[in-house]
Amino acid sequence: MRKKLNEVDSGKLFLSGNEAIARGAWEHGVHFSSSYPGTPSTEIMETIGEEYPEIDAQWAPNEKVGMEVIAGASFGGARVLSTMKHVGLNVAADPFFTLSYIGATGGIVIVSADDPGVHSSQNEQDNRLMGRAAKVVILEPSDSQEAKDFTGIAYEISEMFDTPVMLRVTTRICHSKSIVEVGPRVEIPVKGYTKDIAKRVPIPANARKMHARIVARLKALEEWGYDSPLNRIEMGDKSIGIITSGISYQYVKEVHPEVSVLKLGMTNPLPWKLIKEFIDQVDDVMFVEEGEPYLEERIRSRFLIDGTGSELMSVEGELNPELVRKGIKNGESLPLTFEEVALPGRPPTLCAGCPHRGAFHILSKMKASSTGDIGCYTLGLMPPYNALETVVCMGAAIGVLAGIEKAVGREKMPKLVSAIGESTFVHSGITGLIDMVYNGNTGTVMIMDNSLTAMTGGQENPTTGKNLRGEPAPALDLEKLVLACGVKHLRVVDPHDLPEMKRAFQEEFDRDELSVIITKRPCIMQYKPKRKTVAVHHPDKCVHCKLCVKLGCPAISWDDEKKIPVINEMLCWPNCNLCVQVCPKDALSKDLEGVV
Amino acid sequence: MNKIKNIIICGTGGQGILMASEVLCSAAWRSGFDVKKSEVHGMAQRGGSVSSHVRFGNKVNSVLVEKGAADVVLALEKMEALRWASYLSAEGKLITCDLVIEPMTVNTGSAVYPDVEKIIEDMAIPNLMIPVMDIAKELGNLRVVNIILLGAASKHLPEILEKNWFEAIEERVPPKALEVNLKAFRKGRDL
Repeated sequence: MRKKLNEVDSGKLFLSGNEAIARGAWEHGVHFSSSYPGTPSTEIMETIGEEYPEIDAQWAPNEKVGMEVIAGASFGGARVLSTMKHVGLNVAADPFFTLSYIGATGGIVIVSADDPGVHSSQNEQDNRLMGRAAKVVILEPSDSQEAKDFTGIAYEISEMFDTPVMLRVTTRICHSKSIVEVGPRVEIPVKGYTKDIAKRVPIPANARKMHARIVARLKALEEWGYDSPLNRIEMGDKSIGIITSGISYQYVKEVHPEVSVLKLGMTNPLPWKLIKEFIDQVDDVMFVEEGEPYLEERIRSRFLIDGTGSELMSVEGELNPELVRKGIKNGESLPLTFEEVALPGRPPTLCAGCPHRGAFHILSKMKASSTGDIGCYTLGLMPPYNALETVVCMGAAIGVLAGIEKAVGREKMPKLVSAIGESTFVHSGITGLIDMVYNGNTGTVMIMDNSLTAMTGGQENPTTGKNLRGEPAPALDLEKLVLACGVKHLRVVDPHDLPEMKRAFQEEFDRDELSVIITKRPCIMQYKPKRKTVAVHHPDKCVHCKLCVKLGCPAISWDDEKKIPVINEMLCWPNCNLCVQVCPKDALSKDLEGVV
Repeated sequence: MNKIKNIIICGTGGQGILMASEVLCSAAWRSGFDVKKSEVHGMAQRGGSVSSHVRFGNKVNSVLVEKGAADVVLALEKMEALRWASYLSAEGKLITCDLVIEPMTVNTGSAVYPDVEKIIEDMAIPNLMIPVMDIAKELGNLRVVNIILLGAASKHLPEILEKNWFEAIEERVPPKALEVNLKAFRKGRDL
């Protein structure tokens, strides 16, 4: 058996950036952590949950609550951590901005995991702009070792300067692995709670003083940053000086190891004196950064200098070594031996056995559709369903449905429902439902309850009856919650019972009052079936109608020569019988024999 | 070894790509190299294209393999092999298999699955096409496709010592499945 990582006191480990941040928090005595999952940040909390029981870690219903709870824990003198994806910080922005005014009793580190390239998000916002707007310190590690080390330094800064610190990472830091030297945990006593109204109640009279303290704090940090090991000049060829941070530094070192580099580990406040010294030593300045031209705009406007960067390396998408190679010194990309081949796309799909398929299949059959939300079920937009038409942010499915009704009237949208998962509903959909009741909407809200926060890899949430560590916890009763909001028509449906699913939609479409349908069936990640029943096709009964293929199940493909479906035994999921239900001629059945 | 070795492992979500790249990284590290790898989680893993970039050598900076620099592209699915072939260097080798997982675009008739063998031949891509399903069935376990192919790739990464491969598999595979995985690796390596 592998040792738990809290039993490893020294040596080297091969860690992802996320695992390294968890390790850094553990080594530096963090007591408490509260967060909501979100790619690419999720594994920080999962690692804490699995490997580091010394940290009291919990899933919050949303990022805002997570940040409020760590704020309180910091007031109580604990070292605290909250992790989130970039758009999660938008949700938590209210406490975030004011926590900057209040400061940190116990050290506060907030991880913002940005997703340039939009691998698994709805936008690619650069949260260095958020951190700067909130006037907090921003640290940007460039590999897993720095992710761990900077986490530790972040706690020192936080307590020394009485400020929250944002550790800003990106997908390629979070989800890349490299070798990390680790150390033991250092226990730090919890300082305890002391009453301090002037410090923690930002009424205008206090808030003005707090803001003055922030201005002084940033000034002091700017000076501290001058000889901090976080920022360093690596002098080389002086004809070009590159200012960079985060993962971009690694790409520069990879393709142009000879150039002079100013590597900024702290990107707010900026160490102006050090930057000036660097600029004065090189002929031309260039900025290599992923995302917005954050360093470029600040530094060029401060010193009124020329400099290139964002126009050579796009503000869109991710950086990579090829773009950096082309951007610096008018370089060319490596010669390609084999050209790219045009191929059919392979977009993500709902898993075989996914409970969401039943609902989207029926919506699609009824020529009905949905306003959507953030989760696996966003894939309801894909063919063959084409049954999800809008996504804005977590929770918006309900507000958007309400707004469309206000604009065009229910009669113009009789077959539009909102599709929102149970975790997203608890996160921020509930307030939308309250709004619909309060303001007299009449549409149908579908809460897709698969008993798991699935898209981020399968986390517990307040409805699942378990906490972050898998221990029993009170399960939020969604039905009672919906009724308590004032909804008069509620029904719970198994989305894989296709006739019942259809009846539910039809009756609610016809109803002139607000209703909620809860589709309840667990995510396939929730259980490991013992018996591997699989669907079997009987060609003698097949009428080649392709209805089974139109389910959009990845386990069913079509043999164009024989004109029959082919079931992939590896993917076909037990406890799912959608294809058996849609086949009009009983040509599909469930085989109780096991497969290898 | 001054030159950095670049490997891309690709396929579709759920095929065990991340597991294979973990074993590769562990084996390279055990052989004394600096190692980095990068991949993407989240929505991409719902049956979409998945890739893992692995780089090892004396000192590695970038976590991403550059187009045109890969020594090995190891594809667990046949069409995905083509998607990543442009990453191969002139000396690179495409290692793939006869396993076909049709994407939804093909299932629903909006695209046609390409004749991969013919394209590979036309483009004269140095390759090793492995009848991996037959081997997996012979071993009695369809879940070891990734390790069979990793075994085949191991022959093209002579910098990593054989014992380090086996140690890495022992470290990463649960005891119950260890024997069949070791056998699968050996099968691939002996191809």
